[in-house]
Amino acid sequence: MSSRRRGWIAIAIVVAVGLGLSFALQERYHHRILTLVFVWATMGLAWNIISGYGGQTSFGHQAFFGIGAYTTLLLIIKAGLTPWIGMLAGAAAAVGAAVLIGFPTFRLGGIYFALATLAYPLIFRIVMEFLGYQEVAIPMERERAALFMQFTDPRAYDLLALALLAATLALSHAIETSRLGYWLRALKENEAAAEAMGVDSFRVKMIGYMLSAAPAALVGAVYAHAILFVVTPDGVFGVLVTVQTLTVSLVGGIGSLWGPLIGAALMIPISETLDATLGDRLPGIQGVVYGLALVAIILFAPEGLYWRVRNAILARRAPAPRAARPMPSVPVEAIPAARPAGAVLMEVRDVSKAFIGLQALFDVSFDVRDGEILGIIGPNGAGKTTLFNVLNGFLVPERGQVRFRGEATTGLRPSALCRRGVGRTFQVVRTFPHMTVLDNVMVGAFVRDRAEAPARARALAALALVGLADRADAVPAGLTTLELRLMELARCMATAPRLVLLDEPLAGLSGDGIDVMTSMIRRLRAGGTTVAIIEHTMQALLRLADRLVVLDQGRRIAEGAPVDVTRDPAVIEAYLGKKWLRAATAPQT
Amino acid sequence: MIVADLVQYVVTGLLVGGVYALMSIGLALIFGVMRVVNFAQGDFMMLGMYLTYWLAIGYGVDPLLGALLTIPPFFVLGLVVHRLLLVHVTGRGDPQREMDAQLILTLGLSLIITNAVTMLLSPEPRGIKTAYATQAFVVGPILVNQARSYAFAMALLLAVVVYVFLTRTDLGKALRAAADDPEAAGYQAIDVRTMHGVAFGIGIALVAAAGGLLATYYPIEPTVAVNFIVLMFVAVVLGGLGSIPGAFIGGIVIGLVQSLTLLVLPFQLQNVGVFVAFLLVLYLRPQGLFGQRVRTV
Repeated sequence: MSSRRRGWIAIAIVVAVGLGLSFALQERYHHRILTLVFVWATMGLAWNIISGYGGQTSFGHQAFFGIGAYTTLLLIIKAGLTPWIGMLAGAAAAVGAAVLIGFPTFRLGGIYFALATLAYPLIFRIVMEFLGYQEVAIPMERERAALFMQFTDPRAYDLLALALLAATLALSHAIETSRLGYWLRALKENEAAAEAMGVDSFRVKMIGYMLSAAPAALVGAVYAHAILFVVTPDGVFGVLVTVQTLTVSLVGGIGSLWGPLIGAALMIPISETLDATLGDRLPGIQGVVYGLALVAIILFAPEGLYWRVRNAILARRAPAPRAARPMPSVPVEAIPAARPAGAVLMEVRDVSKAFIGLQALFDVSFDVRDGEILGIIGPNGAGKTTLFNVLNGFLVPERGQVRFRGEATTGLRPSALCRRGVGRTFQVVRTFPHMTVLDNVMVGAFVRDRAEAPARARALAALALVGLADRADAVPAGLTTLELRLMELARCMATAPRLVLLDEPLAGLSGDGIDVMTSMIRRLRAGGTTVAIIEHTMQALLRLADRLVVLDQGRRIAEGAPVDVTRDPAVIEAYLGKKWLRAATAPQT
Repeated sequence: MIVADLVQYVVTGLLVGGVYALMSIGLALIFGVMRVVNFAQGDFMMLGMYLTYWLAIGYGVDPLLGALLTIPPFFVLGLVVHRLLLVHVTGRGDPQREMDAQLILTLGLSLIITNAVTMLLSPEPRGIKTAYATQAFVVGPILVNQARSYAFAMALLLAVVVYVFLTRTDLGKALRAAADDPEAAGYQAIDVRTMHGVAFGIGIALVAAAGGLLATYYPIEPTVAVNFIVLMFVAVVLGGLGSIPGAFIGGIVIGLVQSLTLLVLPFQLQNVGVFVAFLLVLYLRPQGLFGQRVRTV
C-alpha cells in the first residue's frame, strides 16, 4: 500500500475515534477537554506546516489565532455576520497578515525570523487593548443559535473542532506528499542546496506560511465560540497560546502529521485536569506543566515522541547490516569521443567580485560551448568556487555579465537559473540529511514535474543513470563519499540541466572512485549535457576536459586545449612558482 | 515650553534606558559567548526584583544596595542552570536545530519560573517604598526622578565594571576568545564549557541586578518578565546580536524610543513604538546598528 493511501486511512481512523469519543463521553467537562484536544492539535498542525516541515520556527503563531477570533467576533458585533462566514473572513485576514509579515521577514534567515515573529502578536495585543476590545463578549443569539455557532450540546463543539482537525490533517497530508512538502523539507535541511536545485526559497516559505495561517485563524474563531465566550487580547494573542501550540507540537514531534495530535492527546488532558483540581490553589500550575514538558522533551527526546517511537520500531525491524557492497559501476559501453564543440552556451564577460578586503575575481571572461567538458583549474584560493557561485546565482558580481543561452542571468536567484537549465554540485556535498536518497533526488526532479508520480519516476531514472538505484531508500549518512557525490550528481541531473557546474567532483575519492566519476561525467556529456568542472589538481582534468580555463588570484591567466595550457609559462608559474618557471623555460644544454 | 517637554522626555528616556542597557548587556553577553538566545532572561530579572524586595522588607536593605547583593547568588544560579540544562544543548550538532532547542528550553524554563513564582508568592504586585522613589531633582523646568537617577548611575557603573572586566582581565579575555572562536580558544587551553558557564552566570547576575534597580520604581509581579524580555531582545538586536557596547547603546535607545513615543502616541501604545523600531531594524539593518553583516553562503 502506498504511504499516500495509508495516510488517508489513518486520518479516517482518527476521525472515527474522535466521533466515537464525542458520542461516548457524557460529562460536559470531558467534552471541553475533548474539544481542547482537537483545538490544540489543529493549532499545532497549523504551526507545523511552516515551522515543522519548513523549519522556519515561528514564535508568533498566535497572531493568526487571534486575528481569526477577533475578525469573526467583530463581524458578528458590527455587521451581524454569521461566524460561519466570519471565520472564513478571519482566515482570509490571517493569510493577508501572513503575506505582510512574511514578505519582509523571510528575507532574514534563522534566528531573525523567530525574533521578528515575536513582535507581531505583541503589537496586535496592545492595539486591541487600545481600541477598547479588552473584553469582547459573544452576543447571545437564542433565536438563531446554530447560525451563530452557539450550541447547548457540547458535542456540537467537539464535532466542529474535529472537522477542523480532519481538514488540517488532510491539508498536512496533502502537503507532505506534494512538491510543496518536499521543498519545505529541503529548505529546512539545507537552504542553499535547495535553492541550487530550483527551489525558490522565498516563494515556498511564503506559500507554507499562508497555508499555515489559515487553519490557525479558523481554530481561533472556533476556540472563541466553544471555550472563551469572552475574547480578551491576552486570551488569543497571549503567550500561553503559543506555549500550548509549541508544547503539543514538540512533545509529539515536529515535521510529522501525527506529532501535534499525539502531543495534544497527551498534554491537554493532563494540564486541564491539573488546572481543574489544583488551579484554584495553585494558579500557575498549567504554565509549570507546559514548562516542564518543554524542558523535558528537549533534554530527553528532542525529536518528540512520534519520531522516538517510530525510530525505535524501525530499528528493531531493520535487517542486519549487509556485507560490503560493490562500488557503483558505470557500464563502460563505448563512450563517444568528444564532439566538436557547438555554439556558445554560457558567456562570462568581465566578471569581478570582491569581498571585504579581498578581490576574489577580477575581470574574468570566457565561454562555455554547447556539448563540451570545460575544466576550470587554479591553485587553492584562485577564485574558482566564487566563480561558480556567480555563475549559478549565489553571488551577484560587482561588474560584468553572465549570459546563458543568450539571456542575461546576472542577478537571478539560483532557483531561477536552475529552472533555466544550470545545474550545480558542491565542493563539500550538500545533502538533505534526513531525507532518503530518492527524496533527495526528487527535490530536484520536482523542478520539471509538478506531480509526485512523474517526479519519482524521473528521480529513479536519475539514480539508475548514476548506478545508485539500489540505494534509493537509504539515508545520506549511510553512503560512502563516492555514493554521496553520485547522489548529488543524480539530484542535479534530475533537474534536467543543459549545463552542469561540478565543484571538485573528484575531491576525496579513491583511484577507483575517480575512474567511476570521470566515466560518469563523460557519459553525461555523451547524453547531451554540457559540463564545467572545477579542480585544483590539473592531473585529473588533463584527460577529461576538452578545454581548460586557468584562474590564479582571481584572474584568468590561460585558456585553451589541455596540452597547450600545461605548457603555458603563466600556468607553470602559478602552480609551481617562478623558480620552476625558469627551470622549465631555460634553454636546454 | 515645548523644548522643555522634549528635554524632559529625553531625560526620562535616558534614565530608564540605562537600566534597560544593563539588562541587555547580560543577554548580549550570553548570546555573544554561547550563541544562546535566552528566553528566561526576563524571569531571572523578575527573581532579582523579588530578592531585592525580600532583602528590603525583611532586613531593611536599601534596594540600591540589595541590587548589588543579588549578583553573587545569581552568578552561582547561572552556573548551576548552565551545568544542569544548557550544557545539553550547546556546542554539538547542527547550529540551526540547536538554536531552536535552546530557544525552546529557555522558553520552558521561563514558564516554570514565572508560574512557580505565581504559585508560591501569589500574583499580587508588590513594591518597595523608598524615600527617593517619589522625590525629584529639580533642574530648571525639568524634573528628574531620584530613584531613576540613582538606578541609572548604578547601571552605568556596573556596565563600566563589566566592560573593564571583559577588556582588562585574563578571565574576560578568555571569555571573549571563547566567543570569537571556540575551537581556537580550546587550543589555547581555555575550557570553553567553563567559559559558557561563566558567561551565563554573569549574564544572569547582571539582569538580576538590573531587576533590583528597576524595583526601586517599578511594581514587582511574577509576570513582569514578558514586558521586559522583548525590550531586551530589541536592544540586543539593535546593537548587533552579541555586541556588548551595542547592547548598551541599544538599551539606551529603547528607553528613548519608549519615552519619545509618548509625544506622538497615547500612553497605552508606548511599546508599539519600540516594537515598530524593532521590526524596522530587523528589516533594514538586521546586523544591528553597530554589527557587521555576516555572510551566510
